[in-house]
Amino acid sequence: MHNLIKITKRADMKRSQEAIIYTVAILLSIVCAGLVLLVLGLDPVNIFRSIVEGALGTEMRIQQTLTKAIPLLITSLGIIVAFKMNFWNIGAEGQITMGAFGAALVALHVPETMPLPLVLLMMFVTAVICGAVWAFIPAIFKAKLGTNETIFTLMMNYVAIKFVTYLQYGPWIDPNGSGFPRIAQFNSNCILPKLFGVNVGWIFALVCVVFVYFFMNHTKKGYEITVVGQSVETARYAGMNISRIIIIAMLISGGLCGTVGMIQASAVEKTLVAGIANGYGFTAIITAWLSKLNPIICAFVCLAFAALLQGGTYIQISLGVSSAVAGVVQGLILFFVLGSEFFIRYKLSFGHKKEVA
Amino acid sequence: MQQNIAIEMKHISKSFGEIKANEDVSLEVRQGEIHAVLGENGAGKTTLMNMLSGIYTPDEGTIAINGQEVVFASPKDSIRLGIGMIHQHFKLVDVMTAKENIVIGQKEGFFTKGKALTEKVKALSEQYGLDIDPDKKVYDMSVGEKQTLEIIKVLYRGARILIMDEPTAVLTPQEIRKLFRIVRNMKEQGCAVVIITHKLNEVMEISDRVTVLRKGHSIKTVVTAETTIPELIEMVVGKKTDLSITKEKLPGKELLLRMDEVTVKDSEGKNALTDVSFGLNTYEILGVAGVANSGQKELCESLAGLIKVEKGRIFFHDENIVGKSPRDIIRMGIRMGFIPEDRLGMGLVAGMDIVHNIILKDYQSQPGIRLKRGPCIEKAKKIVRDLDIQTPGINTPVKKLSGGNIQKVLLGREIDSSPKVLITAYPVRGLDIGASYKIYDLLNEQKAEGVGVLFIGEDLDLLMALCDRIVVLCHGEVTGIVDPDTVTKDDLGLLMTGHTLDEIEKMHGKEGKDA
Repeated sequence: MHNLIKITKRADMKRSQEAIIYTVAILLSIVCAGLVLLVLGLDPVNIFRSIVEGALGTEMRIQQTLTKAIPLLITSLGIIVAFKMNFWNIGAEGQITMGAFGAALVALHVPETMPLPLVLLMMFVTAVICGAVWAFIPAIFKAKLGTNETIFTLMMNYVAIKFVTYLQYGPWIDPNGSGFPRIAQFNSNCILPKLFGVNVGWIFALVCVVFVYFFMNHTKKGYEITVVGQSVETARYAGMNISRIIIIAMLISGGLCGTVGMIQASAVEKTLVAGIANGYGFTAIITAWLSKLNPIICAFVCLAFAALLQGGTYIQISLGVSSAVAGVVQGLILFFVLGSEFFIRYKLSFGHKKEVA
Repeated sequence: MQQNIAIEMKHISKSFGEIKANEDVSLEVRQGEIHAVLGENGAGKTTLMNMLSGIYTPDEGTIAINGQEVVFASPKDSIRLGIGMIHQHFKLVDVMTAKENIVIGQKEGFFTKGKALTEKVKALSEQYGLDIDPDKKVYDMSVGEKQTLEIIKVLYRGARILIMDEPTAVLTPQEIRKLFRIVRNMKEQGCAVVIITHKLNEVMEISDRVTVLRKGHSIKTVVTAETTIPELIEMVVGKKTDLSITKEKLPGKELLLRMDEVTVKDSEGKNALTDVSFGLNTYEILGVAGVANSGQKELCESLAGLIKVEKGRIFFHDENIVGKSPRDIIRMGIRMGFIPEDRLGMGLVAGMDIVHNIILKDYQSQPGIRLKRGPCIEKAKKIVRDLDIQTPGINTPVKKLSGGNIQKVLLGREIDSSPKVLITAYPVRGLDIGASYKIYDLLNEQKAEGVGVLFIGEDLDLLMALCDRIVVLCHGEVTGIVDPDTVTKDDLGLLMTGHTLDEIEKMHGKEGKDA
């Protein structure tokens, strides 16, 4: 008659126990991914080794991994600011794209002779503005009319991407591209310099980690954002200007995503393409969530995810296995880690001391 | 076999980590008995009942239902054995009708069989004297109706043992009377009813026997008719205590806050307050009496600048504060404390700790953009010490504290800002005896310091004992402002149901009463 497993709510759990559960969850996700590979007739050990090799095997591959970690981290930080406010910004992809558009707007129109720092600064500022504007639109609608931000930000992605596609096929098409629908390469005074083989975006990303951490934990605005996220009524009660807080948080969120667009256009693609955001805006939702909206933990999570992305690209080239394998691993990690929260909140016990007659 | 014993819990222990919520607790409830479980917050009442309804499993001890020992693996097992729990917070789906709420979660078929169901609900209603319209949507129901629906819901599932967690906390005097009638009917039908409460008057009125819990232990079970309120208090608190509310008439009253023909509309455009006028003085506690939803919430929120005032003026000294936001009010230097009705929903941030909840009131007056925690950490420690807040530390999220301690955090913060006006909406709702008296003392202290306290209450005895004057609201209108020392409870009741002072005077014939 009785269930063998009973579920009870747990009181608080120790940090160390939580860490163990998360570690087990990640290991299980890898085992599970291995099983999927086995079913597909692939050798999981070989593939996992190749992923690690591809991500960290040589200096150049590490540089590639770091280059992928930069956009992921900065985007995640932007998302953290919005998510802390319970504002589901799914629009990072569009905000990145518009940031890249802003950077290209400068890059394609300044003379070749202009000094590099000045050009980069202008590109940076326009990118921040464009990303922020793209986030401001859903924010103001949410603040004034209470629209659903999830759908709104999601739709804004497509608008941004189609807008750049239009530029790429129409007004901004490269006249020297022999009809190929692409935008001209940026001049050399528009390209971010490298430090230790990786574009200087990594320094900026680290600055952002510190900034977001400080902002959320040690400033009044950060505190207000957190209060609004937890209880709008209490925020109102405390006399906070909620519309203003929503808008400021989203300007920061979109601005950070905008800088990602500039970094990607300037340092990686060296031009503007419609696919500039490359899914980072969505992957960053996962990394932000996995890091429990903590900017410092987020840096490590993003490094791990960048390694998976880079490893996935590598196995595609070296083993001819689809990079979707890395996607499968990512998905499984998310599944297991989020699933493991159940075990942190509840306790399972098996069997019974007594049975009913 | 003792067939007439419905519930027998023996030597029950349950711990959560280090905390022993129940230790060696025994409880015996007979069929056809109304049994009160009495104790302060944190005494282990709810934990004990949760074990009875299968939400928790005891670490030690046995539970027997109708003479048979059982082990519950989930609430389903307990429901199957005829145990129904009615929680303090109703678990109903707002957009569904009463009927739909009754059948959701039931296994018998996907579709709700309209007619047969209506018949069954009607039969149940008649059997126990319940009164409900099966096709009414929950969002159209009053609190009393929702509770009736909850009761029908568990009866429909075949409950013969009913557990009610503080059922009267949200009800008006009239609704309480109705509930007690239902409970007595159930008793006559042979059901066992367990009522968790800390209202002593109700224990005396309704229960046959009382079991007192204190600090996780069961102290004693007594026959209600053979005990007295002071005796019960002694068992609950653990020592002889003199619980009386003092009311001092203080001199030096000055008009502090004045509402002048204030009209407020609710979200549907109906008048929530109509031409409300009254004044609040320094050195006084002004009570507000009224049936639930008579405009009390709107009254508080319009004073605090949280809702739009349609018409009228609110003066603080000589300044009209209508149209000002809470932030403007703070900026104008008007120190106003507000204890809202829904403490965790408005007033506190449930997931934040005591320090961060105290910063809420302070941070706007801090210079610069940085959030300075230092002074608030000191304040938090002081409030915890002064108000004797039971908490593992000042960094514990407030949602993990008990109701009384949550209220103390809120009140402590509001008093700490040394307010001129203190608005309190049902400040002792859901609090135990000790905590309630602590709150009354604090309010009296504030009054002695010259603060004008507005006290929205539900318990008429309490309002009359604590307040200097009482404003009575009915359907958003002031029906009278009375002196609690000369008014009778019956007259208050008449005012609450819409009669004016003039009408009451006429009813009494010659003997006039002044406001």
